[in-house]
Amino acid sequence: MDTGQGTAMIDDSLTLPRAAEAAPRIDCRNIKVYYGQAQAIHDVSMTFPDRAVTALIGPSGCGKSTFLRCLNRMNDTIENCRVEGEILMDGENINDADIDPVLLRSRVGMVFQKPNPFPKSIYDNIAYGPRIHGLANGREDLDAIVEKSLRRAGLWEEVKDRLTAPGTSLSGGQQQRLCIARAIAVQPEVILMDEPCSALDPIATARIEELIDELRNRYCIVIVTHSMQQAARVSQRTAFFHLGHVVELGDTNQIFTNPREKRTEDYITGRFG
Amino acid sequence: MTDTARTSTPSAAAAKHLKRRRAADGRFRYYGLIAILAALGALAVLVLTIGSQALSAATYHVVRYDVTLDPAVIAPEGANRPADIARNVDGFYGLVRDNLLETFPEAESDRVSRRELSDFVTRLAVLPTAKMIANSPELVGGDIAMTAPLNDDLDLYLKGQGVRERKIKAGQITAVAADGQAGYRVTGAGAFDALMAGLAVANVGRAKGAAQVDVLLTAGVSTGRLTDITSGSARLELLTGKAADFSNSRPAARIIVSPEAERTISDRQIAWVLALKEMGRVERVPRWTLLTNSDSTYPELAGGLAAIVGSLLTMLVTAMVAMPIGILAAVYLEEFAPRNRVTEFFEVNINNLAAVPSIVFGLLGAALYINFLGMPRSAPLVGGLVLALMTFPVVIIASRAALKAVPPSVRSGALAVGASQMQTVFHHVVPLAAPGILTGAILGMARALGETAPLLLIGMVAFVGDVPSGPTDESTVMPVLIFSWSNNAERAWEPLTSAMIVILLAFLLLMNGLVVFLRRKYERRW
Repeated sequence: MDTGQGTAMIDDSLTLPRAAEAAPRIDCRNIKVYYGQAQAIHDVSMTFPDRAVTALIGPSGCGKSTFLRCLNRMNDTIENCRVEGEILMDGENINDADIDPVLLRSRVGMVFQKPNPFPKSIYDNIAYGPRIHGLANGREDLDAIVEKSLRRAGLWEEVKDRLTAPGTSLSGGQQQRLCIARAIAVQPEVILMDEPCSALDPIATARIEELIDELRNRYCIVIVTHSMQQAARVSQRTAFFHLGHVVELGDTNQIFTNPREKRTEDYITGRFG
Repeated sequence: MTDTARTSTPSAAAAKHLKRRRAADGRFRYYGLIAILAALGALAVLVLTIGSQALSAATYHVVRYDVTLDPAVIAPEGANRPADIARNVDGFYGLVRDNLLETFPEAESDRVSRRELSDFVTRLAVLPTAKMIANSPELVGGDIAMTAPLNDDLDLYLKGQGVRERKIKAGQITAVAADGQAGYRVTGAGAFDALMAGLAVANVGRAKGAAQVDVLLTAGVSTGRLTDITSGSARLELLTGKAADFSNSRPAARIIVSPEAERTISDRQIAWVLALKEMGRVERVPRWTLLTNSDSTYPELAGGLAAIVGSLLTMLVTAMVAMPIGILAAVYLEEFAPRNRVTEFFEVNINNLAAVPSIVFGLLGAALYINFLGMPRSAPLVGGLVLALMTFPVVIIASRAALKAVPPSVRSGALAVGASQMQTVFHHVVPLAAPGILTGAILGMARALGETAPLLLIGMVAFVGDVPSGPTDESTVMPVLIFSWSNNAERAWEPLTSAMIVILLAFLLLMNGLVVFLRRKYERRW
């Protein structure tokens, strides 16, 4: 049984009922980000559709990671970083003072560039989120969540016999899928991925890309990537960032085959960046 | 071909430069090696000197006394009153002294020799026996072999440290004849040739008219002082035993270089202790009392138990105060505190605090805890608090370094699944930093364990004869005990001080071993 079928067999209780139309899951309006005096993001407005992958591409230092981190308020943890503008999720501005970033981050999961499993067992890596959010009633419930999350991340078959082994004992690609499973376990609606394959070899990368493609059916996914091929393969929409501005935003096909902007074309054809 | 050859051969200038660089490299390596060897050499000298001294204090001589426990002497109030028996030092001491006088009846003759003989054992040395008998009163009335430590000067003499002497084997003695009052003439052809030669060496460099060296002649349990020595005969002044022992014997002669007046032990005492040894009543045994006795004014009875317990109680207080406060302060400063001028001010001051001389903390402790808060003097509680003040900048600095070493990816990972900042810190960051934090804390404690100066100022230098039973009891600590012992005049304290230093070092090694163990066990890779 391959993992695709495994995923299909799982009930859909983790997925919230949603409208069929591709309504924007996140709506960003006039986002400006400052590090002290320096402005990193200039007035960016864009939307992220549900059940689709949006890729953010652009040269190093263009602000795509900074922008991604606005979406789950990870920038709060950075000293003297200031975010302005509205980011609407379900009609609520997540930058409002009365939004608890802890709750927000349980709705907006994140996967980082370098796999960063906790130095705990595989089981505890997954169970940690549900535990602190009180998502499981009892041990069996937690076991079920762990299994479901690992299945969705396509890791269950590989680790089911060694759930007590440390998460750091896995290979790089497995660690990254463990991190994806960890993000899934808290039942997010959005998954942010910050160059999730940049530390992986091509085979592990292919595995993750497959996984992203599967996850697209349930989540709104935003992925930052340096690989143009990856953006073309996994995303439906692409935004090209340059110097803190969104230069071009559109369907991935259109961006890669028929970019409207000269700078986009130069970048994707490798003339700079 | 010629081209490649040319490019691989550097120009003359470059070759010279390269040679210089290599030489500098090699020189630096030698300097490092020399530095390490010098450090190792210093360490070896330290360990050897302290170790050899301590080794001599690790054993001591005890004397066996076969006594009858006369109820009239040791339990005048009746054998069913153990408290009285345990306190009856005079009674037991009387038994021991009588036993010694019985063995050496010649000491009865005058007051000085009686005192010299009773100096063999300290009055308080019989206390353990008294306590033992008090616990088993059925022994009263019977015969027992009790042991008591030998006087420290005689102990040192037997270890060959107290008195400089040279032992020379004498030849066959053929005749012993009475010679005037209390004297004998021992004769034997050429019996004293070797001794004469030894005396000639011993007297070299001595001023004319200076006191002559003493020569003792020992045969079996008998010892006498030799004068008028010629190659074949000498006059023997018997100190203990029988003159008959010398006839047809090959006695041992001792040239004692320092004159009797400059020694702590007399010729007679030497004669007696040699006789006791010959009788097999002197035994060299491990000095467990160093760990089971408390401080005493007599070196042969002194031990470090009170100081060890005092040190442990003090460390307990220090650990309970310095570790939680220090670690939590470090966690707050590193993980929660906003970066601003106020935080910076605190950080600078904590770092400065770590460099403050420890005696200043003693002054602070005396003023704050004793004078202002009215806490008891000389108590482990106050000592622990003072050492905690001193330890805790060290704990903060080490803990912060450990927390800083936890990679930020762990923090972002936890935050990203929705952990609050406190959950992130206490579920993920602190456990990862724990080995480092503990290392810092234990090393800080180890430093506190060896600290003397601040404790002097809060009165922990007092003589403490009883083991403290709690943190408010009067107490002292190991390094302070070492300090007090090293101030004592008697020679026997010197090896004892070294032995105590070794015990302190053992505790420090134990703590450092704990650090290594914790690191090995809990260090996790991420």
